[in-house]
Amino acid sequence: MRDFYGTTLANGLMLGTAQYPSPAILADAFARSTASVATVSLRRESGRNRGGQDFWKLVQGLGVHILPNTAGCHSVKEAVTTAHMAREVFDTKWIKLEVIGEEDTLQPDVFGLVEAARILSEDGFQVFPYTTEDLVVADKLLQAGCEVLMPWGAPIGSGLGLNNLFGLRAMRAHFPDVPLVIDAGLGLPSQAAQAMEMGFDAVLLNTAVAKAGDPAAMAAAFAMAVSAGQLAHTADPMEPRDMAAPSTPVIGKAFLE
Amino acid sequence: MKLLLNGEAVEVEAATLADLLERTGFGGAKVATAVNGNFVAAPARAAHVLAPDDRVEVLAPMQGG
Repeated sequence: MRDFYGTTLANGLMLGTAQYPSPAILADAFARSTASVATVSLRRESGRNRGGQDFWKLVQGLGVHILPNTAGCHSVKEAVTTAHMAREVFDTKWIKLEVIGEEDTLQPDVFGLVEAARILSEDGFQVFPYTTEDLVVADKLLQAGCEVLMPWGAPIGSGLGLNNLFGLRAMRAHFPDVPLVIDAGLGLPSQAAQAMEMGFDAVLLNTAVAKAGDPAAMAAAFAMAVSAGQLAHTADPMEPRDMAAPSTPVIGKAFLE
Repeated sequence: MKLLLNGEAVEVEAATLADLLERTGFGGAKVATAVNGNFVAAPARAAHVLAPDDRVEVLAPMQGG
């Protein structure tokens, strides 16, 4: 597996921490997922109940790499400021950079994304940009200092899977040495397996596990799918073909007419 | 002094950002701060003098995807 800014992950599953029915179920889901990375965010804290402090203790206990996000940011300034705040709180250079450009699809504002990625990379951040499968944008992000790219599979929270197989295949082929993570849109383990079979280095998902009827079981299912897909990719899958090719030997077949 | 703390109007006597955090229940908490949209790092809070109507954001780790 390609490394992520010099960090080799135990596996290609990155899991979000939002929307679980309870903190206990979140912890259980992470344990069953064996995920190597947890995404987290920053939100307003209350001086009265200090809920974020309990969540921070829970996350620290997961024993995984922490990837803070800039979710909900719509401007370069907002995203850059959030990244600085996240670096201080989580004590990591990693930042999942989101600059949202459209409300219905939550697709990234790729122009703002490239600009924010440049500013943060120059400031020593290790940026994981949430982007589209657009090759030109991808190239600009690399030029801006990103060493990882995270194209969407489908709109965040949609569960539609890999929406543009051609575009994602092209991206994988075009950037053979760049760690690529499918971020967002996955709804089923089979979709995660498909991404890994295509040679993506990791998948990042949240809603598919958190909103499942049994999040811990679904987390385990995703773990198996990611592992299966990764193994299948390294096993060099056969090329598909249009016409049938008999698998049982033709030579030696009896004449029984 | 009147301030906007996490979007809510508050009346509090606090000369600096560090004072404000102590007086509003954030003492010792794992938080990051911004004033008027600009990040203020933890070591700079004690020297950051607040002015009336400042917009102060106090953020903490939360669930995220």
